[in-house]
Amino acid sequence: MTVIAPDTDAAVAGVADGATVLVGGFGTAGQPMELIDALIRSGARDLTIVSNNAGNGDHGLAALLAAGQVRKVICSFPRQSDSYVFDGLYRAGKIELEVVPQGNLAERIRAAGAGIGAFFTPTGVGTPLAEGKELRRIDGRDYVLEYPIRGDVALVKAHRADTRGNLVYRKTARNFGPIMATAATTTVVQVESVVEAGQIDPEVVVTPGIFVDRVVVCAGRTERAEEGAAG
Amino acid sequence: MTSSTTVEQRERGPLSRSELAAQIAADIPAGSYVNLGIGQPTTVADHLSPEHDVVLHTENGMLGMGPAAHGDEVDLDLVNAGKVPVTETPGAAYFHHADSFAMMRGGHLDVCVLGAFQVSGSGDLANWHTGEPDAIPAVGGAMDLAIGARQVFVMMTLFDKEGRAKLVPSCTYPLTGVGCVSRVYTDLATFDVTPGGVVVTATFGTTVAELRSRLDVPLLAD
Repeated sequence: MTVIAPDTDAAVAGVADGATVLVGGFGTAGQPMELIDALIRSGARDLTIVSNNAGNGDHGLAALLAAGQVRKVICSFPRQSDSYVFDGLYRAGKIELEVVPQGNLAERIRAAGAGIGAFFTPTGVGTPLAEGKELRRIDGRDYVLEYPIRGDVALVKAHRADTRGNLVYRKTARNFGPIMATAATTTVVQVESVVEAGQIDPEVVVTPGIFVDRVVVCAGRTERAEEGAAG
Repeated sequence: MTSSTTVEQRERGPLSRSELAAQIAADIPAGSYVNLGIGQPTTVADHLSPEHDVVLHTENGMLGMGPAAHGDEVDLDLVNAGKVPVTETPGAAYFHHADSFAMMRGGHLDVCVLGAFQVSGSGDLANWHTGEPDAIPAVGGAMDLAIGARQVFVMMTLFDKEGRAKLVPSCTYPLTGVGCVSRVYTDLATFDVTPGGVVVTATFGTTVAELRSRLDVPLLAD
């Protein structure tokens, strides 16, 4: 059952050193900044981070990287105009990188959550990102075998939760949230508000509460938005 | 894909970036679902009229994307693949990443427009990595788009800054996708990539003969 945590420190409690952490967001849209701040405070180290990007500016994921708590990043697009924290660590040989085509990244996470053992995808065939991987021709087309990515923890940002943990998201901040929520042993979600069960129309629930372990309220989309706009 | 008669235009061209974007927009069939890649391809949207009735897809989970947001419209929960704030149009839809890439990989998008470092005569695409040892590799959604969209249009200059051709017999940069490009739009000419070879469909400020002298890819024209 979903627990409503009193604060972000309680929400992320128990992340072990060496854990694999799925972190939602596309750039800063949907990035669970307050949960990442709590993860930094927790001191958990040697983490593998799975996220679309590898941090922007000095906040959120970039701050976690700067704190030296991350051993490896699995992502589709680390290099951005404001990814200087990652760029510096990578060039200094202080962080491992696995680049995954974005659709394969999404599907590997989805597969983990759906109990799929592996899958054949056409994306990446004939490219360096398929080297050393099993290929199969199916109905005249070539596919590459890809394996699921499961997290020990998922950190997700949604718009609103009810007390059952049902979630709705906001615009393109949804991105990886719904699939990451399915793919981790413990899914932690920060929301702007929690409403009573029954106050979210069951027809519009995006992530059903069965996938959600802990919810914590973090106001402050507006504050962060302003910060992001400046950066 | 069928190719039409080659149109040689010596007086018009080379095309500016804006003219090239307009050319691509004009060739997108009305009512298409379209993904425009980061960078120059994004500018194709500026030339799509309401009569086009094109629905724009953005990989980060939206159909019905509108133009860039300005002023009070800016909402950092609503961005495009380049993380630029955008707007939504009536009938827009949001969805998660697995659905978004199912739209690509599953062949549901009619057209995507991508930039390129190189395109080969057989339609191989190289647009994600220069292969230089100190470059940080970043692929994003390019590989999924390249193999997933029904038609892949490439938008690029025909030659790089050093004057080297970008339409080549075989790509020297790491590939994004194999045999995936349908059409190549450049400042000097447009090309259809067909099973029979590369067909010149139009030239801008040059001729097929001149292009043949500057490119190592055999060019068909009629």
